[in-house]
Amino acid sequence: MGNTTTDPREPLLRIDDLEISFGSASVVRGVDLSLNEGEILALVGESGSGKSMIGRSILGLLPTPGRVSRGRIRFAGHEITAPSSPEELRLLRGRSIGLIFQEPLSSLNPTMRIGEQMFEAMRLHTDLSEAQIRDRAIEMLRQVRLDRPETLLNRYPHEFSGGMRQRIMIASVMMLKPRLLIADEPTTALDAVVQREVLDIMEDVARASGTAVILISHDLAVVARYADRIAVMEKGDLVETGATRTVLARPAHDYTRRLLAAAQLGTPSPVSGRPGAALLKVDNLSVDFAEKTFLGLFGKRVHHAVRDVSLTVAPGEFVGLVGESGSGKSTIGRAVCNLTPKAGGTVSFDGRDLDTCGAGEEQRLRRRIRVVFQDPFSSLNPRMRIGRIVREGLRHEPGLSAAERQKAAEDMLEAVGLSRDMAGRFPHALSGGQRQRVAIARALIAKPDLIIADEPVSALDVTIQAQILALLKRLQAEYGFACLFISHDLHIVEQLCARLYVLHKGRLVEEAPTPAIFAAPRHPYTRRLMSASPRLEQGDDGLQLAETELPEIGGAEADYYDATRPEDPYRLIDTGQGHHVALRSEERRAG
Amino acid sequence: MTFVSRLLGKTNGLIGAVMLGLVLVVAFLGAVWTPYDPLKSDLLNRFAAPGLAHPFGTDMFGRDVLSRLMRGAWVSVSIGLSTLVIPVVLGTVLGAAAGYFRGWFDRLLMMVLDALMAFPGLLIALGLMAVIGANRYGVILALSFAYLPAVTRVVRGSVLSISQNEFVEASAVMGNSRLYTLIVHILPNCLAPLIVLSTMMFGWVLLAESALSFLGLGVPPPEPSWGNILSEAKAHLMRYPLLGLLPGICISIALLGVNLLGDALRDELDPKSASAPSKEAI
Repeated sequence: MGNTTTDPREPLLRIDDLEISFGSASVVRGVDLSLNEGEILALVGESGSGKSMIGRSILGLLPTPGRVSRGRIRFAGHEITAPSSPEELRLLRGRSIGLIFQEPLSSLNPTMRIGEQMFEAMRLHTDLSEAQIRDRAIEMLRQVRLDRPETLLNRYPHEFSGGMRQRIMIASVMMLKPRLLIADEPTTALDAVVQREVLDIMEDVARASGTAVILISHDLAVVARYADRIAVMEKGDLVETGATRTVLARPAHDYTRRLLAAAQLGTPSPVSGRPGAALLKVDNLSVDFAEKTFLGLFGKRVHHAVRDVSLTVAPGEFVGLVGESGSGKSTIGRAVCNLTPKAGGTVSFDGRDLDTCGAGEEQRLRRRIRVVFQDPFSSLNPRMRIGRIVREGLRHEPGLSAAERQKAAEDMLEAVGLSRDMAGRFPHALSGGQRQRVAIARALIAKPDLIIADEPVSALDVTIQAQILALLKRLQAEYGFACLFISHDLHIVEQLCARLYVLHKGRLVEEAPTPAIFAAPRHPYTRRLMSASPRLEQGDDGLQLAETELPEIGGAEADYYDATRPEDPYRLIDTGQGHHVALRSEERRAG
Repeated sequence: MTFVSRLLGKTNGLIGAVMLGLVLVVAFLGAVWTPYDPLKSDLLNRFAAPGLAHPFGTDMFGRDVLSRLMRGAWVSVSIGLSTLVIPVVLGTVLGAAAGYFRGWFDRLLMMVLDALMAFPGLLIALGLMAVIGANRYGVILALSFAYLPAVTRVVRGSVLSISQNEFVEASAVMGNSRLYTLIVHILPNCLAPLIVLSTMMFGWVLLAESALSFLGLGVPPPEPSWGNILSEAKAHLMRYPLLGLLPGICISIALLGVNLLGDALRDELDPKSASAPSKEAI
């Protein structure tokens, strides 16, 4: 078994008829896969498809009680599924097969300096001197495009952002020049702009050292850019493998077609509002958070999460609020619902200021605003039945009998595409998509005028995302509510929203009708956001990866307001047809 | 599968339930019927060996040991159960208020409780007993306050973590009052840790009551409790070890049963461990 001579025709990795079982249930069945030296393979599937399990089985690291119940995995002459000793596998890991995890926050040890963590594997697997190892580490950090690498080695993980940490992970894994790199959703926890950077770097480093890569992801559009070949998993079966271009252009399997359809999302159909006075009007909203500094010795530092944001939503209109995490987009939604106190500014609903209209009036107005949250697993009370959860939305509607409420709840469940008998179940018996439908039913049952949807689809699989978006659109046509749609994904808001607000570090940097912003994004931040989010589009030869080509715009980048330098003077100017963009104000810059 | 059958399907759950069940049955029987009057002494028949008339023999006053253990079981168990009432009710109210409304009340309460928790519960109970006086109600009251901080902290902690959930915010957006949200949405989700803690606490109270009675600060003789039976036996342990062994075994069985059942309950009620090896997690 310990045959280490490599047949030149033998691929680097060969998986034959692999079956992985947990107890009596198999989670991966009959998978055949091969990977050549230096090749990048994308392993794509939705949650529960078994894609991560394949990655782990290649390392011999299946979580208990999982085991390979049939088939074999052969890597560079080693039988992974039948190693001659546990030692054989251990030496392969790190040295020949590297692994990058999804969560950069937990894959680096917070108590160890970056340098120590990078040296660890080198000391174990090579006999280089300390000085040589140090030089290699610095060289690797330079390759992943971190500035002044020699100063980084003595720092701790918490001093770096998620994207930088993931680059450090790549550097420390690739330092050993493994022959195979397994990257399990390496950028899912990161924002679009950072995701693009990290994946670009990973591809460069891997290509430079001739390392083969298995890129595991749920997002076909993201990985299509990098992969030579794509393998598609569905519920434990490998349904399709092929060259990236072929799979995109001529998918053979029905499931692949559905995934692709979900990734391209179809033609946008924005929901424009009715003319007339604004339903929701936010003026100069600011929200501050107090950050406690070290032991509270130096008092509190105020963090301006939202600064001077004004926006409007017309009756029946879908308005998008876009930005990366930490941009303050969710905070605006929460401040509108009074879940977070305001530091300044006003929120008016239906023409009345919610702060000054009196408590009773405020309550009546607020009942016409409902929220759909991001995480369908935490937004439903686990101890309540679905029927009661939906019915609760009617609690403040007077004059309804218990039977009427029950019937209304069941009708609403039907309207969101669930069966009536689901009313008797508990949330844990439902899938993520079904739970999100319940959350929508609860929000809509009282026929509100405004829905605040805070990342309502970002926790869901792509095929489910498309269904939920279609559902929102259909329900809007039926009930006529307006929606403030908060999302980090430009292509999702493009689907439904008539107007967009782009937010960067608490400041609005651009506001425009959706078609205008996609045709000619002006602010540098919007442009970066747009070129970072990948898209599939219909080409001459079936689907292909869209190359986002942005038109030239006038003016130097320095003219635009840069939210990373908040003290700069700021003003939002109208460039025509409701297209506003943030500039540095000239008059005060001189002073 | 229902909750109960899942619980009893575990080895520790089943053994724990059987042991605790046995103790409870003996205790409730001991409340209404014992073979002899547990208080009636028979000085002509002291230290009788176990036999047909007295299955566990008689003690230094010639009282039937089995009858005393049965009545003692009732005294100990009834003290244990009554002692749960005050900490659970008051602790839930205080913990929920502190965890949900936060602010100065929370800070003040936590300061007081932290100070209390710096002392072992038994020590606080001893101090209180010295003030209240050594009797059954004194034991209940003293132990209640000794265990109040634990319950308050556990409830406060779960309220804090449950409050992070989006369904709590969803309730606020629907226009529900804070009190309604607390009672309907938050507290039912805190039940699981509270049930586990109460089970464990029942065991601690049994032990603490025995310890107090052993020190002569618990239930006053001649009324039997497991602790004071053990205490009375200590003078004669060298010659008649059975007198001390029997109440000791009773206490051990009760404690072991409670702990096994508590562990099984925690495994079953804790959502984290319940979902760990299931198929959905893959």
